[in-house]
Amino acid sequence: MVRRGLEKLYLGIIMLFLYAPILTLIVFSFNDSKSRAKWGGFTLKWYKTMLNDPMISKALYYTLSIALLASVIATIIGTLAAIGIHVMKKKTKSVILNVTYLPVLNPDIVTGISFMLFFVAIGLKLGFASMLIAHITFNIPYVILSILPKLSSLNKFTYEAALDLGAHPMEAIRKVIIPEIMPNIITGFLLAFTLSLDDFVISYFTTGSGVTNLSITIYTMTRRGIKPEINAISTVLFVSVLILLLIINKRSERHTKKLGGVNL
Amino acid sequence: MNRKWLATPYLIWMVIFIVVPLLMILYNAFTVKDINGTVFTFDHMMKAFSGKYMTALGKSFLYALICTVICLILAYPLALILVKYSKGGAAMLFIFILPMWMNFLLRTYAWLSLLETNNGLINTILRALHLPVLDIIGTPSAIVLGMIYNFLPFMVLPIYNALAKIDKSVMEAAYDLGANDFKRLLKVTVPLSMPGVMSGITMVFMPAVTTFVIPNLLGSGKVNLIGNIIEQQFLMTYDWGFGAALSLVLMIIILISMAVIRRSDEEMEGGAGIW
Repeated sequence: MVRRGLEKLYLGIIMLFLYAPILTLIVFSFNDSKSRAKWGGFTLKWYKTMLNDPMISKALYYTLSIALLASVIATIIGTLAAIGIHVMKKKTKSVILNVTYLPVLNPDIVTGISFMLFFVAIGLKLGFASMLIAHITFNIPYVILSILPKLSSLNKFTYEAALDLGAHPMEAIRKVIIPEIMPNIITGFLLAFTLSLDDFVISYFTTGSGVTNLSITIYTMTRRGIKPEINAISTVLFVSVLILLLIINKRSERHTKKLGGVNL
Repeated sequence: MNRKWLATPYLIWMVIFIVVPLLMILYNAFTVKDINGTVFTFDHMMKAFSGKYMTALGKSFLYALICTVICLILAYPLALILVKYSKGGAAMLFIFILPMWMNFLLRTYAWLSLLETNNGLINTILRALHLPVLDIIGTPSAIVLGMIYNFLPFMVLPIYNALAKIDKSVMEAAYDLGANDFKRLLKVTVPLSMPGVMSGITMVFMPAVTTFVIPNLLGSGKVNLIGNIIEQQFLMTYDWGFGAALSLVLMIIILISMAVIRRSDEEMEGGAGIW
């Protein structure tokens, strides 16, 4: 009995540690006074300021357009790559996968800097295009890694049967393989989209000429001092990420239940 | 047509945008531009290994180590408790790792606004209770606290996954053979969960070593870790060659330690994947 109580207490303390800061941000986003400690009544004015701030709406536009473009392109390239890599010889496969893992394992700051040096060397002006390329590049590995395990669990004879029945290889891929791996493609896409939405370090080093995303804007604002609009942004972002994750989790729950693991 | 050709667009992309940029770090770290054009040099590497920068690197490793140890101490019991709730465990786990998906800068900013010496919520409460105020913004304590807060979920998730995989009958066997709860934890649960612990350690330690955002925000720029120094070379002092040399050193250390951890992971059969 005592033990169970202690366990609950421990969970409670950690939960408080994890959520108190976020909840404080959310609560104070509705605070009428500029103070971060005193409650001055309920207001939505910070949300209004946020919506009317041209810097924030521009950043939101860039964040969403880059996240959407990057995750769509990464999903296409990554899905084709996964199907191709899956049938490669073991040795080639492991070399390619090791290079693919590099952006995942490397510290973000090193990846960001490698891009910056590269773009400057080839003379690409830092801005939208450079940031988009960087996002596509760090997204692809996550798409490949969400699809590959599924491919190895597929029955390879269905594909061969389709060929024997006269399907063109492309047709067989489109009608046999793609539908089977669709849930993983979508999971990979959502993962890529979320990562891109949230990225700071790599974007920070690959952007320029006035192109910023939300993370960079928040960073600039924070360095200039604390502003209540940031609380409003936090609330909006927290709620959107929560919704996105609930969707991803619902999806992956279905195809990982058997494995007994938790996918996020 | 062979299916493997479908990987071609990616392979081209990979070479141009993963391999070449990394080679650019190598190139910049070992060359310098002078009147004769670009020449080979060891200067940047020599500078990177000089006292001042090695101290910053050492400090980064120290803070990251403290953060990792505390995260492990907090996360292991948490994961043990969550696994016991076999039915609601997964849902509960979701609650504990959800903050990991909240924007990293906002999580750090939240602590900045909580810890502020004069107007922060924590100090306002402390003052109302007539307790001494907490003045830690700008100190290593604030940085380590920020790291723990940001990276704790990365420790909980892999340990939970490893614990959830342990076969219940193994535990029953240990019980039947007369092991008490403590002995079972020590001899069965902990060894079997090691792969999860290892991936947890990498997932916390690595971002903690390289972060420059947390020291900039919570350390108010007073504490320079290796990430800060690299950032400054590129965005303030424009010494790209030296910045590249530091990045190269950092990358090599990180990749070697990952390789070592992964190997020990494989020896203990089967890693706990995070995805």
